[in-house]
Amino acid sequence: MNAPVDGGRLLWQGADWDFATLERIHDACAQVATGEMGLEVYPNRIEVISAEQMLDAYASTGLPLFYRHWSFGKHFAQHEAMYRRGLRGLAYEIVINAEPCVSYVMEENTATMQALVIAHAAFGHNHFFRNNRLFREWTDARGILDYLEFARGYIQSCEERFGEPEVERLLDSAHALMNQGVHRHRRRAPDLLSEQRREQERRQHDERMYNVLWSTLPERASAPPSQGETARRRALLQLPQENLLYFLEKSAPRLAPWQREVLRIVRNIAQYFLPQRQTKVMNEGCATYTHHRILHRLHEQGRISDGALLEVLHSHAAVIFQPGFDDPRYSGINPYALGFAMMSDIERICRSPTEEDRQWFPDFAGCGEPMPVLRHAWTEFRDESFILQYLSPHLIREMRLFHLLDDAAAPVLRVAAMHDERGYRRVRQALARQYDPAWTDPDIQVVDVDLAGDRRLILEHAAIDGRLLDEKDAKQVMRHLASLWGYEVLLREVAAAGGATLREHAVGPPR
Amino acid sequence: MQILDRRLNPSGRSLPNRQRFLRRAKALVQEAVRDASAKRGIRAADTGGEVSIPLHGIREPNFQLGAGGRRDHVLPGNKQYREGDEIARPQGGEGGSGSEGAPEGGGEDAFRFALSREEFLSIYLDDLELPDLAKRRLIDASDPAWQRAGYAVSGTPANLSIARTMRNSLSRRIALKRPKPEAAAVLEAEIAALDGKPDQAEQLLRLRAELERQLLRARRIPYIDPIDVRYRRFEPQPRPVARAVMFCLMDVSGSMTEEMKDLAKRFYTLLYLFLQRRYKHVEIVFIRHTHEASEVDEEAFFHSRETGGTLVSTALVEMQRIVADRFPPSDWNIYAAQASDGDNAAGDSQRTGQLLVEHILPACQYYAYIEVGRDGDQGIPGFPRGATDLWRTYEALAAAGAPLAMKKVRHRQDIFPVFRELFAKRGLLDGASA
Repeated sequence: MNAPVDGGRLLWQGADWDFATLERIHDACAQVATGEMGLEVYPNRIEVISAEQMLDAYASTGLPLFYRHWSFGKHFAQHEAMYRRGLRGLAYEIVINAEPCVSYVMEENTATMQALVIAHAAFGHNHFFRNNRLFREWTDARGILDYLEFARGYIQSCEERFGEPEVERLLDSAHALMNQGVHRHRRRAPDLLSEQRREQERRQHDERMYNVLWSTLPERASAPPSQGETARRRALLQLPQENLLYFLEKSAPRLAPWQREVLRIVRNIAQYFLPQRQTKVMNEGCATYTHHRILHRLHEQGRISDGALLEVLHSHAAVIFQPGFDDPRYSGINPYALGFAMMSDIERICRSPTEEDRQWFPDFAGCGEPMPVLRHAWTEFRDESFILQYLSPHLIREMRLFHLLDDAAAPVLRVAAMHDERGYRRVRQALARQYDPAWTDPDIQVVDVDLAGDRRLILEHAAIDGRLLDEKDAKQVMRHLASLWGYEVLLREVAAAGGATLREHAVGPPR
Repeated sequence: MQILDRRLNPSGRSLPNRQRFLRRAKALVQEAVRDASAKRGIRAADTGGEVSIPLHGIREPNFQLGAGGRRDHVLPGNKQYREGDEIARPQGGEGGSGSEGAPEGGGEDAFRFALSREEFLSIYLDDLELPDLAKRRLIDASDPAWQRAGYAVSGTPANLSIARTMRNSLSRRIALKRPKPEAAAVLEAEIAALDGKPDQAEQLLRLRAELERQLLRARRIPYIDPIDVRYRRFEPQPRPVARAVMFCLMDVSGSMTEEMKDLAKRFYTLLYLFLQRRYKHVEIVFIRHTHEASEVDEEAFFHSRETGGTLVSTALVEMQRIVADRFPPSDWNIYAAQASDGDNAAGDSQRTGQLLVEHILPACQYYAYIEVGRDGDQGIPGFPRGATDLWRTYEALAAAGAPLAMKKVRHRQDIFPVFRELFAKRGLLDGASA
């Protein structure tokens, strides 16, 4: 039911809305998004939910159905308390990278807010999910909802079979290692739909192959391993291995099959979220730019009233607010602000470049039409490479970005670069690095284990620039790791440059 | 595009997670509730509220980089810095970086969240080691008495009123002139008699048509129609508007420690909760005494310090005066609870006993005396501590048949049994006294 674009017809009036309004808004947005902006989106599913349900969704990391664990209850309680005390409003929307793309909108929103949310989530984020290379290669939008359903059911059945405390302990340990439970380098496209089938097959296979006779074989005396043996062993275990959960799932000697499956679920979900962590700025930038552009176009077409546009601008300004570093409200760079600023900056460079822009961005400066440039960027980049490629001197000056060097060995902080001719490239590089997981997340790998000997698991943290792990946390995580591994675990922190051992954490086998 | 309305989905999807969280943090929450209930008034025991527990007990650790080493920060909003400027390290932070840590890390060391009334009460009562059944009775806010109230056209099958339904069915059948099965049987017999008599063919045809018509009508007018069905209707009956007043008497002389007062407070709170269940309106009167007694507010009752000797009878006189003034026993159910460490001035016991028997006990529904002591305070080993003055006085009264509940309380878990005698016979605790 595409309403004709006739100058004077407003899509809605006042704050109230009903489902027909939502549908009109969606269709009008779709016209602008797919027609004029050339976005490609998954089919949309818009779900209207209440505030309490929004809090629910928050607590389980935005996923519509999730297995049960106390930590989600904790997050819920936290959000609820802050919401009740009025310290924090609720997000207006949550969007799920799935096909169809699910966007939650809250019932309390005004019609204008719903339009903003639909343009933002159902078109902006949706386009990004569908096209960005990271999402295409690392996530399986079609399978995720079914997989979550399976995961929830599976973990529930484990609780019934083995008891809640047992499963809770396992999940605690798995969650502690979640950040180290992802493959950062491409292996193969995930296929979540087959996961459930695979789990069944594995169990059936085990049942078929079980033969009590094998347990009667005499044990062979083991010979001391030779040098070649060690290399062979490491190759067999695929060492070094950065994905700790994967390694434990495949190689931990004392885990039961169901425990391996639970580890697999946790790491599959961690993997699903990996692209989101790497594209925060771009994803929000894309969505914010999209809603900004769609709603302005609708206003130009006379389908949104002036009052509604002011409401949009009010929310928009709040979302992209970036306090300075010395402001008490400052809490890091706002991804919405940076993302939107970069997208708008690209638009400016395309439409009315300065001489400087032509020098820095000869490929597209002055090309006139920003959409192909933006669409290309949204498809091919992640935050780190995007900033490295597209952050312009103009924007660096505008945001007055500067690079501060904090060396624990030095008594003072030093301004290493600022928004001037000498500093642009260095600021840009440093900022890009802040979004590089290889730089911000500790690089921890399993390096060796002697399965035939004492089975001590050895890990290494390659510490860049002498940045070591937080000791208290590391100790606790190591305990979780030891409980999964079942034997002694040793974590060595070595300098990434040089390989000198800086610190060691050892945890004995759990009793 | 699809639009789905999820608002009607069952809410409380996160409830299991919440319960798991509370169970996980049980010890911490219990402590927090204990603190919170010590701070709030007796009346507030029946509401939920925010508690705060230390964050470290419920941390979810993960590998993250700690402080130290070389770090780079790119910050917005430069005002006066130039390249090469040196800035003193800000106090208590890592560089000028603002907060870069995990969202829940660092700064905040307490975790605040709200407990619902049920959760709060349940944890509070758990701490007193109440039997489960008694606990459930107290926590369950809606305790309506259901009363029969006529009939309804909808309801559960269990409430189907067969008699009423059949009566409706019968009157409808009569009103609509549904043919009776007997009438059809008579017709059939006539038809059978006439069958094969050619001279009666016309009559036969008529009878057959009549039978046909009747059967059709019987089919159209059902024996029991949905509109006949009636269910027994029940209405929640408001609890009787009854008023109760609860007198809290306490010795506040120097020998009562904070700990003892806390025990006493728990006792009063529990009594208040029980009374709340039974009466629509519960008043509380606080009377504290040393060698003289006065009515005070709750704050002063529990927290202000008084010095002086101990004359228990003064409190009873004060209570007697207040009862006479404001709470005539004919209109009010009077409950009294006295907490003391058992000290009383020599020579006052006689008067105390007399006042109780002659004036106080006749007016009261219930009089409880708890003697509080320190946990583990057993007196000198080998020399069993003798009963206190007050205890001996009351014991004599109780032995003589006065309706008096008395108990020595040294620990929280001793409190509940005091109530057993009172409520067991009134059915509030049936089965719970095990």
